[in-house]
Amino acid sequence: MATVAVLFLVVPVIGLLVRTPWSTLGDVLSRDTSIEALRLSLMCATLATAVSLVLGVPLAWVLARGDFPGRSLLRAAVTVPLVLPPVVGGVALFAALGRRGLVGRPLDEIFGITLPFTTAAVVVAETFVAMPFLVIAVEGALRGADRRYDEAAATLGASRWYTFRRVTLPLVAPGVAAGSVLCWARALGEFGATITFAGNFPGTTRTMPIEVYITLQQDPAAAVALSLVLLVVSVAVLAGLRERWLTTSA
Amino acid sequence: MAHDVGVSGSTLSADLRVRRGDFDLDLALTVQPGEVVALLGPNGAGKSTALRVLAGLLPLDDGTVRLGRTVVEDTVGRVRLEPDERQVGVVFQDYLLFPHLTARENVAFGLRARGIARREARERADDWLARVGLVEHAGQKPRQLSGGQAQRVALARALAAEPRLLLLDEPLAALDAATRLEVRADLRRHLASFDGATVVVTHDALDAMVLADRLVVVENGRVVQSGAPREVAAHPRTDYVARLVGLNLLRGFAVRGRVDLAGGSTVTSAGHADGDVFVSFAPNAVALHRSRPDSSARNCWPARVASVESHGDTVRVALDGEIPVVAEVTPWAVAELGLRPGGEVWATVKATEIVVYPA
Repeated sequence: MATVAVLFLVVPVIGLLVRTPWSTLGDVLSRDTSIEALRLSLMCATLATAVSLVLGVPLAWVLARGDFPGRSLLRAAVTVPLVLPPVVGGVALFAALGRRGLVGRPLDEIFGITLPFTTAAVVVAETFVAMPFLVIAVEGALRGADRRYDEAAATLGASRWYTFRRVTLPLVAPGVAAGSVLCWARALGEFGATITFAGNFPGTTRTMPIEVYITLQQDPAAAVALSLVLLVVSVAVLAGLRERWLTTSA
Repeated sequence: MAHDVGVSGSTLSADLRVRRGDFDLDLALTVQPGEVVALLGPNGAGKSTALRVLAGLLPLDDGTVRLGRTVVEDTVGRVRLEPDERQVGVVFQDYLLFPHLTARENVAFGLRARGIARREARERADDWLARVGLVEHAGQKPRQLSGGQAQRVALARALAAEPRLLLLDEPLAALDAATRLEVRADLRRHLASFDGATVVVTHDALDAMVLADRLVVVENGRVVQSGAPREVAAHPRTDYVARLVGLNLLRGFAVRGRVDLAGGSTVTSAGHADGDVFVSFAPNAVALHRSRPDSSARNCWPARVASVESHGDTVRVALDGEIPVVAEVTPWAVAELGLRPGGEVWATVKATEIVVYPA
């Protein structure tokens, strides 16, 4: 059964490589639309990861170290986007941040800000879907870290914030790195929530996965080529970070 | 050496009551500036709990902690300073050096946390590393240091933060015997130059005797004996202390040198204390004989051998019977007397070897 599982996971990737139109690859990739979509994807995934780090690490700390009623409820709420179909996530974001939404209406009326169908909306959608990956990874790392180092820091006169920056965070750095990679990869591949909440506008919201989907309907060979790019980028980042961070975690 | 630290010593006066499940700790402790007090006791006696409470890592259920004129914690006045507000330095049993920082960065940590500029903190850390003889290891990470070196870095780290009270939790327990000897002497020297109050928690009698000016023996969350090491060693007041210092201890009622023991027997001492007394004598003061001896020893009783254990180059013989004691004899005597568990012997102790003191 394990062999079947391995084949099941590996064969599609091989299929992608076999069907790649190597002769026209350069052509397809140098199209403006492809370059534009790739640039947008990389930028949005990176921004979404940055936002997830800024918001998600403190949240993970609260989940791991906090002692308050309803903590398990909070953890469940945080992990909802993990199990939610991305399209539903997109609709939910629309309901909350759309022009008529719960938060979107005051945002529009008071500040004149409308999120949907902008590049910012892409980042929001990707963050919504990907941040839980980071939170779960960092929370796990914090739970595994020895809290007595925090106590030692406190006896040396370090405030909580100083301890967090100089002791806690460096000790869980491998976990943060792993969480960031997962988060970035998830954001890079985001499709459902993005197309629902941000739409499909070339140059502003048409990310690589959407480009692949649309191209597939007109020019399957080109879609395979674009998919290959996503595959290469993901594997390269994963491999690069693994060398830098993940193996030195011990 | 530590006078340049700039914080004049303050007296620790603590009255600690902590309940945790079916264990409760009730301990009053006063430590003068410059004084080193050892909290000595068996595992589970509550020593480490007391230390964590003093450091602020565990809340008091009831009581007060004062450092000089500062009220650090007071359950009635609802005062409780956080650990980082107490200026209490701790050397943890396994040191807890930050693994991602170098020895120098570890020592500078407390200074940096207080906002002292990187460069000055670094210089002061180097000074401290020089004092503990580790200048050449300043750039190393904790995992590159030996146990003894890590212990000294931990001490330097705690002292560099200029604590008003220094707490050490089993400071030598993690070291092997050879390193221990050397580090113990060093530690004694560094503690002597620290002008704040120091509390050392240990279950090792020798560590306590060497490091401390005063011993506070804790059993089951209560102080059972305190005093200068020499005093405690000479006059144990509980079986635990007697075992620690290697003496036999009995209770009785004395009238002019004659002591009626709790078991019904009588011993004679050259000392003179009257009333309820402790009776103590060294195991090597107990002589063993195959038959009733015809000697001048006035203390003579029949006993049964409970166990025979080799102890360095002597042999410890535990005796049952009306007066349960431990005798220390030579391996030759064991062979000569044919000592084995269950065997019958006669034990004698000279009156001049027996110390009697009020209970």
